[in-house]
Amino acid sequence: MKRKHRRLLAVAIGLGLLGLAAALVLNALSNSGALAFFATPTDLAEKPPSPERRIRLGGLVETGSVKRASDGKSLDFRITDGKSTVPVTYDIANGPVPDLFREGQGVVVEGKLQSGGVFRADTLLAKHDERYMPPEVAEALKRTGHWQGEHPPAGQAKP
Amino acid sequence: MIAELGHFALALALMLALVQSVAPLIGAQRGHPGLMALGGGTAIAQFALVALAFAALAHAYVTSDFSLATVAENSHSTKPLLYKITGVWGNHEGSMVLWVLILTLFGAAVAWFGTALPPDLRARVLSVQGMIGAAFLAFILFTSNPFLRLSPAPPDGQGMNPVLQDIGLAIHPPFLYLGYVGFSVAFAFAVAALIEGRVDAAWARWVRPWTLAAWCALTVGIALGSWWAYYTLGWGGWWYWDPVENASFMPWLVGTALLHSAVVVEKRDALKTWTILLAILTFALSLVGTFLVRSGVLISVHAFAVDPARGAFILVLLAVAIGAPLILYAIRAPGFQGGGIFAPISREGALILNNLLLTVAASTVFFGTLWPLFLDAMGGGKLSVGFPFFNWTFVPLMVPLLLAIPLGPLLGWKRGDLLSAMQRLSVAAGAALVAAIAVAAVASPAHALATAGLALAAWIGAGSLAEWAERVQLLRLPLPTTLARARQLPRSAYGMTLAHLGVAVTVAGIAASAWEQERIEIMHPGESLAIAGYEARLDKVEPVEGPNYTADRATFRVTRDGALVATMRPERRLFTVQRMPTTFTAIHSDLLSDFYLVLGEGDGKGGWTVRIYQKPLVPWIWLGCMAMALGGLVSLSDRRWRVGSAVRSRRAAAAAPGD
Repeated sequence: MKRKHRRLLAVAIGLGLLGLAAALVLNALSNSGALAFFATPTDLAEKPPSPERRIRLGGLVETGSVKRASDGKSLDFRITDGKSTVPVTYDIANGPVPDLFREGQGVVVEGKLQSGGVFRADTLLAKHDERYMPPEVAEALKRTGHWQGEHPPAGQAKP
Repeated sequence: MIAELGHFALALALMLALVQSVAPLIGAQRGHPGLMALGGGTAIAQFALVALAFAALAHAYVTSDFSLATVAENSHSTKPLLYKITGVWGNHEGSMVLWVLILTLFGAAVAWFGTALPPDLRARVLSVQGMIGAAFLAFILFTSNPFLRLSPAPPDGQGMNPVLQDIGLAIHPPFLYLGYVGFSVAFAFAVAALIEGRVDAAWARWVRPWTLAAWCALTVGIALGSWWAYYTLGWGGWWYWDPVENASFMPWLVGTALLHSAVVVEKRDALKTWTILLAILTFALSLVGTFLVRSGVLISVHAFAVDPARGAFILVLLAVAIGAPLILYAIRAPGFQGGGIFAPISREGALILNNLLLTVAASTVFFGTLWPLFLDAMGGGKLSVGFPFFNWTFVPLMVPLLLAIPLGPLLGWKRGDLLSAMQRLSVAAGAALVAAIAVAAVASPAHALATAGLALAAWIGAGSLAEWAERVQLLRLPLPTTLARARQLPRSAYGMTLAHLGVAVTVAGIAASAWEQERIEIMHPGESLAIAGYEARLDKVEPVEGPNYTADRATFRVTRDGALVATMRPERRLFTVQRMPTTFTAIHSDLLSDFYLVLGEGDGKGGWTVRIYQKPLVPWIWLGCMAMALGGLVSLSDRRWRVGSAVRSRRAAAAAPGD
């Protein structure tokens, strides 16, 4: 086999694999479980998405809204962006409640909005510490005018 | 004072890096030995200066000098000493200093061990290393200065994020950076070769050990990170396809391809331009990884800070560091001469297939990781790509690669015989079949995919051993002859077998995770919970005092058939400085399975939410990675004399007239 043919074959196999990869990517993207669209409580109130669509909902955990089921297996709370609130229910069989989940703190949940208006979350993210807020949440709060600003630094930096 | 010394050392290192990036390059172009020799001295001095700066920063952390902004923001006087030291790189500024420290370490190593290199190649490699060093030193000095003073100094620091107060922080980032930055050597060699317009077998013999060393470190780094995420609650388990995990995985995938293609350059003098491209891409992906993690564009525990100036700086750096070599590549690559000819079915062909599958798989990971960023930048809305995407794209591409692992080494160079290779693997195929039937007999049909995964692992494992048996002619020749052959096999052969066995072990560990069992209950002291033949009895929950936290500690007695297996003590810790609760999981591992206990919240009435997992074969995921890295090290120990012989042949070549 000549060098030219060999290279042609390698390129053909490479293109074939890329095509296969593109097909796999498109297939994966068309499946509703792979993608989640970010939304705020206000977005959900204004334009309720279809119950099949996966949503990543961000905001603050409303103070006084957290209720734990007596069997310890589910967690109910409300997420607010200052303008609208969405009731959320989380089944802890999906994973433990993060240590940083707290009232008044930023949170991101993933799941689907059910027809009754309750958001059923299967993922609960609160990976940040006090000084860090998920950019999506910060942006959502800025949009609704509830942004408190960055936390002040420990002291003034000397120039 | 010491901090100012460190700051000054960094600035001096930047000056040296600038000299190192310009002088040797001009020297190599003009054939000026004095200018070329400058590269070595500046590289070693640069390392010494950055090491001094790092030591100054570490000193500030250890002595809790809160007049330094980074120390005040990230440390606390009550923090245990180990975490004061690891805290140096537990934040943005310090981790960048560690990055540059390792970069200059590699630069100094090239200068130190590379004295036998042709002087012009060595000068050009060091010059490229100098450019990378200069860029990152400027980045630190202008956007992330770790030596910024505070006035007045606060009485105490704000403390470190408690989840980072873990042995994982001590070992995971240094190994990861050794891997990331180690690929800069292969990158520098690739760019030097493009400038020279020449690649020969000696070039590959130099690039391979450096790539191998970086690859081993990256493998260990990723495995440690995965293990850390596994025992830390809320990080999504051992692998979540988190963008930051992907950021380290992409250079690994392409680096693995580079490792294999460099073999072809070395042994067969083919695939040169492709190998150069891979070397550039591997380091480019390391830089992209640094960008993803450090710019704060990602929602992640790794994103220490969001600062637009840093993001813009890294973007420009990225554009230059990736764009310039690629342009150089486009100009120079067509001029390279192709090497040995081979048939499609051959060792070379198998390695090309390996490369194509790995790079295409890396590209799907790249797409999934960066598409949301791209879409957001284009105003297309915010969305996130979850782990199902990666499972549906990456895994199907890995299956043919894993299936081909035993076949490749059995094919001959230039022209291989697929049929005979298959025949020699009949034992391995039998082993896979037996594994599949044995598992299927006890497993439910719902676990068909996991069963197939275990069969695949058996195929890779048995196939890798079959290749070794073939080489030593096991059972075909008398035993002493076989043993003699086994002794004579080069270490690189053992390295390959070990690494491929490691892949088998990891695949088995991943497949077996389908059989994980889990129970969540509210338990009161004295109650027991049964899972997978074990029984866990909660003896008591008591308050304990740690060095900088208070905790509720539960004591569980885990028994099997009445015999004590382990006493386990998971905790819920409350760090006093940050008022932040963290969960400390308790894990009992017997290397065949893990028993994983989590103490959840109390209900205030004496009951505690308890999670118990029994995870079969989970430790194999990381054991396999360690075997891969060990295989790399074994192979590396073989390289030493090969490098020596390469030098000899090069000297002989230099002695001969012409080039």
